[in-house]
Amino acid sequence: MNRNDIGSAGATKPGAIAGAITGTRIRERRLERGLAQGALARQAGISPSYLNLIEHNRRRIGGAILLRIAAALGVEPQALAYGGEAALIDGLREAAADAPAGADAAPELDRIEEFAGRFPGWAHLAVATLRRAQGEARRADALTDRLAHDPHLAASLHEVLSVVTAIRSTASILTDTAGLEPEWQARFHRNLGEDSQRLAAGAERLVSYLDDGPGTGRDILSPQDELDRFLDAHGHRFDVLEQGGDPGEVLKRAGVPSGTGAHVLIAAALECYALDARMLPEAALSAAIARLGTAPLALAQDLGVPVPLIFRRLAAMPEDVAGPVGLVSADASGAILGLKPLPGFAMMRLAGACPLWPLFRAGAQPGMALRQRLVQPGRDARPVLALTAAEEAAPGGFNMPPLMRSYMLLLPAPVEASPEAPLPVGNSCRICPRHACTARREPSILPEPMTPDAPSF
Amino acid sequence: MTKQVLLIEDEPNIIEAISFILSRDGWQVRSHTGGAGAMEMVRARRADLIILDVMLPHRSGFEILADIRADPELGATPVLMLTARGQRKDREMAERAGASRFMAKPFSNAEMLEAVRALAGGAGGL
Repeated sequence: MNRNDIGSAGATKPGAIAGAITGTRIRERRLERGLAQGALARQAGISPSYLNLIEHNRRRIGGAILLRIAAALGVEPQALAYGGEAALIDGLREAAADAPAGADAAPELDRIEEFAGRFPGWAHLAVATLRRAQGEARRADALTDRLAHDPHLAASLHEVLSVVTAIRSTASILTDTAGLEPEWQARFHRNLGEDSQRLAAGAERLVSYLDDGPGTGRDILSPQDELDRFLDAHGHRFDVLEQGGDPGEVLKRAGVPSGTGAHVLIAAALECYALDARMLPEAALSAAIARLGTAPLALAQDLGVPVPLIFRRLAAMPEDVAGPVGLVSADASGAILGLKPLPGFAMMRLAGACPLWPLFRAGAQPGMALRQRLVQPGRDARPVLALTAAEEAAPGGFNMPPLMRSYMLLLPAPVEASPEAPLPVGNSCRICPRHACTARREPSILPEPMTPDAPSF
Repeated sequence: MTKQVLLIEDEPNIIEAISFILSRDGWQVRSHTGGAGAMEMVRARRADLIILDVMLPHRSGFEILADIRADPELGATPVLMLTARGQRKDREMAERAGASRFMAKPFSNAEMLEAVRALAGGAGGL
């Protein structure tokens, strides 16, 4: 055991594996097995010094080397490359992208993974701080939008400003008009008295509305954010609807103010869920999964239902029935409509997704399901299996194509004996290091990956 | 001949104050409250200048302005638009709709007088 091993073993508490990153996990697993660094390096076909760099999170690792190390340690690759790490790295990249230009010290992007590995607590704090800042920015945007478009607020402001105008004009007449007749004076004094009372009442109503009105307070979110939060809070599953319950009742219990954008989106999502559950009840799907596994095409053929319905229902199944399942949906413009995340595959709604995702090809080939392994950049990139299909959300007409909706189901990719190389895709161009990508729509803030085993085009 | 101003505004005390200051400046002021029936009043009065509030009950000032500009006999009438929202986009919307001038509330009496004189030419009775 070398000096680094002693130091790292002492620095890692039992049970901390889930929060650590891959190099640290490899080191811990190796020490648990009493393996020397040189012995593991030999079995993995790499030099001890390279393994030392990996274990101290100073080199990227993924693909074949990760598989060989995992095999030598007798563990699943996923046990070493947990998806939360990729999310942490992506979060740090986002934080770096938001660093003010011209700051005295720029973030060291080339050492971002080393930082996350050596100081996971500080890294999580940086990402949490970024998320808080993003939340505040969204609230500010929502308030700005509200000021511009909220009809109730506009009416309240109009009322207050109109009364202020009347008071100002009337007061000017009283002070500036020499020899104003007594009857006019009395009339304008009376108007001032009325207007001052109306101003007080109007201001009070305005303040009350800003304090308590719908959509205000600490949780101002976009309607899409509120939908995501609602679905995440329920694990994208509704037992009541699985048992034939009324989506209106679920919506009522959610307590979302009616008339808001979030209310409309959540109501539509629950109606869709209830309809899907009626078309493909949980018992029938569970029985089919027990016979056929989670292969969506086989399930669709066996059950005689469309593939997109299988996708949505798999995403609603408990994890002990269908395993971990992610799902993304988009409309014909490429706008992301729904996100159910899969650990290890980063997705974000705000910055626009990677145009290489097969999700965006599905709409052009309705009726054809696509199946492809994907891998995102990152030192612990873990391939996922993406299956895509599209369906008609509304029929077409003269000079009007049918409205298509595309779905991409994400499953953990099986380790295949002779796998075709997974398609390198990104999360969002701004934090994607693949500079040569022809699909790039804006420059990346990240340097090109340099390690030999990093996926590349 | 005394020039006429038609004031379309839903705030009665603003109507009274503006009517007073314009009358003292020599203008003949007629008023109408609210959007409903406003076009009938515009056609009936044939004013030299229309002061038009944007936010009116039943019908917005922008809609009324569009009708005025679309009418061959009324289309050239100067229109001074009043709004409680002085944002740039409201100003741009007023210009696109054909407003001759845009004034954000709260305005001063002097500003109102200056605008009316500029749009309708001199004081009302001169």
